Amino acid sequence: MSDYNFAYLDEQTKRMIRRAILKGLAIPGYQVPFASREMPMPYGWGTGGVQVSAAVLMPDDVFKVIDQGADDTTNAVSIRKFFERTAEVAVTEATTEATVIQTRHRIPETPLTEGQVLVYQVPIPEPLRFLEPRETETRKMHSLEEYGLMHVKLYEDIARHGQIATSYAYPVKVEGRYVMDPSPIPKFDNPKMEMAAIQLFGAGREQRIYALPPYTKVVSLDFEDYPFEASKPDKACDLCGAEHSYLDEVITDDQGGRMFVCSDTDYCASRRAAGHRGALAAEDAA
Amino acid sequence: MQSSVYEGGFAQPPVQSAAAFRAAMEAMARPGTTHQVTGGQAPGLSVAASVLLLVLCDTDTGLWLAPELDSVELRAWVAFHCGAPIVAPEQADFALGAWGDLPIGQFAIGTAEYPDRSVTLIVEGDWQGETVNLTGPGIETAQVVDLPEPSVFTANAACFPLGWDAFFTRGDTLWALPRSSQIQEG
Repeated sequence: MSDYNFAYLDEQTKRMIRRAILKGLAIPGYQVPFASREMPMPYGWGTGGVQVSAAVLMPDDVFKVIDQGADDTTNAVSIRKFFERTAEVAVTEATTEATVIQTRHRIPETPLTEGQVLVYQVPIPEPLRFLEPRETETRKMHSLEEYGLMHVKLYEDIARHGQIATSYAYPVKVEGRYVMDPSPIPKFDNPKMEMAAIQLFGAGREQRIYALPPYTKVVSLDFEDYPFEASKPDKACDLCGAEHSYLDEVITDDQGGRMFVCSDTDYCASRRAAGHRGALAAEDAA
Repeated sequence: MQSSVYEGGFAQPPVQSAAAFRAAMEAMARPGTTHQVTGGQAPGLSVAASVLLLVLCDTDTGLWLAPELDSVELRAWVAFHCGAPIVAPEQADFALGAWGDLPIGQFAIGTAEYPDRSVTLIVEGDWQGETVNLTGPGIETAQVVDLPEPSVFTANAACFPLGWDAFFTRGDTLWALPRSSQIQEG
């Protein structure tokens, strides 16, 4: 039995966060200010996501945490342990078994279903921040739907690189109204944001919560002659052979050797368990 | 009267409010779907409305009570369990009453820069409704619901992103209609 309140946060803080979540769901894509608390981890390690998860978790939830798709990285392991201790929830690494999934910078490859909640950790919630540093101005731009600057940025990408070079945190327009930062997920994941699960976004340092109800229309910004493309490395996973999952490039030696593996560890492991093999899988098994 | 003021709260607030919030969140995320809640009972209110007050209201949120259900007992219950100040419609973060008793035009609908600074209605009880189709965020194809005075909700949706959001409570069930839902009469 832990000495903390259930899910760490006190009840008044949870009520405040819960009210922000409801407003976020009612106004999809709009960043709701909230009184972010100090958490027992540094800013940048998912304090926003942790606070949203704490406000959402129930004792009979099954909790999964991923960091860049992986269940076994430091950030994922420590947040999973945190809620194991303070909320005594069951944890899993299987996407299909989880009811609440906290994620840093990926959407699981396995499609999410109704009843699941996906909680994103967000570093910079304001998509216009690097174009306009003043909060008073970006707020006005959102209120006036003044998003021309974002298209200028994408256009400058094309003028300079011949294509839209933005590869992660690719801006989206929600239900034809708010331009939203999908958090630094690869743009490969953008089309998955129209899903059956509830998506909640928490930015701790920046004190913002926003949300997407299920089946919300999420359109990646683009041009008619330069349409949005959900790109990924043009390879197959070297462990499980998957050709349609997002891949990490792993340097294996100092001779230029490299391999591509699924960024979603649960997806890759379950494919290998089902008998799929990639080009380098034999070495892996040995 | 004295005893009823202290009763009707959660026996285990952290756990029960977590479950009740998930029901409220699913309701707001999937407009028109009904959800069951338990654990709260305020004098003169439904279980669902009582639970919403317990989960969402505290000293930071102004609450407006419709005169028809306002009572000494209810005010004492709110003061003890939530601590929410009872305020005028213009200042309300939450407004509680039967549909006909809510002065819709007086509530805050937010500002262009802060559309979240708006009221959430908790609509109690039964009404003579019209069947409408809902579409929009949270709805895969369409959702059929009964609404009192659909034209009021249509006007509210037309204000998007401004507007209010509503929970509808009856017995131990609740459902929600956020401002983002489009309403087709017929």
